[in-house]
Amino acid sequence: MQLSTKHLLGIRDLVPQDIQIILDTATQFKEVLQRPIKKVPSLRDVTIVNLFYENSTRTRISFELAEKRLSADTINFSASGSSVSKGETLLDTVNNILSMKVDMVVMRHSASGAPHFLAKHIPAAIVNAGDGINEHPTQALLDAFSIRERLGTLEGKKIAIIGDIMHSRVALSNIYLLKKMGADVTVAGPPTLIPKHMAESFDVRVEYDLKKALEWCDVANVLRIQLERQNQVLFSSLREYNLAYGVKKSLLDNLDKEILVMHPGPINRGVELDSDVADSKQSIILNQVENGVAVRMAVLYLLAGRRGEG
Amino acid sequence: MKTILSGDQLAITIKRLSHQILENCADLSDTCIIGIQPRGIWLSDRIVKEIRANAPGAAMKYGVLDITFYRDDVRKELHVANQTDISFSIENKKVILIDDVLYTGRTIRAAMDALLDFGRPAKVELCVLIDRRFSRQLPIQPDYTGKSIDSIISQRVKVCWQENDGKDEVVLL
Repeated sequence: MQLSTKHLLGIRDLVPQDIQIILDTATQFKEVLQRPIKKVPSLRDVTIVNLFYENSTRTRISFELAEKRLSADTINFSASGSSVSKGETLLDTVNNILSMKVDMVVMRHSASGAPHFLAKHIPAAIVNAGDGINEHPTQALLDAFSIRERLGTLEGKKIAIIGDIMHSRVALSNIYLLKKMGADVTVAGPPTLIPKHMAESFDVRVEYDLKKALEWCDVANVLRIQLERQNQVLFSSLREYNLAYGVKKSLLDNLDKEILVMHPGPINRGVELDSDVADSKQSIILNQVENGVAVRMAVLYLLAGRRGEG
Repeated sequence: MKTILSGDQLAITIKRLSHQILENCADLSDTCIIGIQPRGIWLSDRIVKEIRANAPGAAMKYGVLDITFYRDDVRKELHVANQTDISFSIENKKVILIDDVLYTGRTIRAAMDALLDFGRPAKVELCVLIDRRFSRQLPIQPDYTGKSIDSIISQRVKVCWQENDGKDEVVLL
């Protein structure tokens, strides 16, 4: 019993059984996190470097906690304040760190494909913690875990992913994962933020009307409007975005069922999600964060088991 | 294949182990039974059922423990984790660990490590159905033994349960 891959670069590379193993293992780690001593000795002989070339709060803390709960040794590296500003290349930086006997690399980078590049050139196991606009696999896994925890299964469930689909690595990883696990997916948002040919390429439904998307779904995964990745104007103002695509309490109250609301964080309150929704009991945003540690423990534990193979 | 315990013998052995535990535990409210996942729980389920039948109303606690994350061979082979469910405090309690076969002792070592993460028990005892003598790699011995057997490394002891394998018996393969 093991994963089909040595690295976690993206959900695209996983087979459904991998996802199943990761989620099942995460369930057991979640129980570990309820114990008086929230720590197991599994990875006590493993050293992990957290390589963050891009800002992060949740993911970084979550990975670090997961590593510590597994008894791994950890090193944190952020691009700012390092020799990256002196012009050192990514490969040189990583090789220098690896020469100090590091076994696994958790990496976030603003360039899509950066972890894939590393995986080709270095022997350590790589975990992608978000690369550009490509994938954010552990976020999709923890989203799936949170949905499964509430709804029992992913199969046949209707998930609407709402917002900036174009720039979102969370959306892409979620789409890959949900489709592999037999869920129905709708992407919703303004036409300027949804790439062309989405429906054919990914076998998802495309909806430009937020109200219709909410009426259809069991779970609404609301994405952040990524102000840092928008060089051109794709909608006229944040206020207009909120009016057309912001998830509001009044919209949810008018549905004939109670849907779950998710958000990968950080929330732009009053833009994609109104405060009263974010803090309502329909929102499982903080559960997602809690589950993130257990899911990342599962990923690290399962990949460490494959370390040292050829 | 050689039968070590038939279904009838197995039932008698489980009855005896349960009575020995009852005899040794003056106060069952201070006793916790913990079955070790995955295969120890078939035995612990039966023992707990037997004890409860003989001491109705006894406030004995029962939980199950998975030791996957505490194994010393994580890197050799990946094991699937099972559920751990210890929804009570073991602080200052008498804990009886239950597993089906005691072989190298490594599982019990891991179980004791895992157990200590839940608190500090007053005492830990070990109950096993089959003790494979002379094969220990750690200084661990059972307090309650169903049957001791002598076997060689290439042999394998299989404990079959009605609920899981369709038949109650213990065989040497």
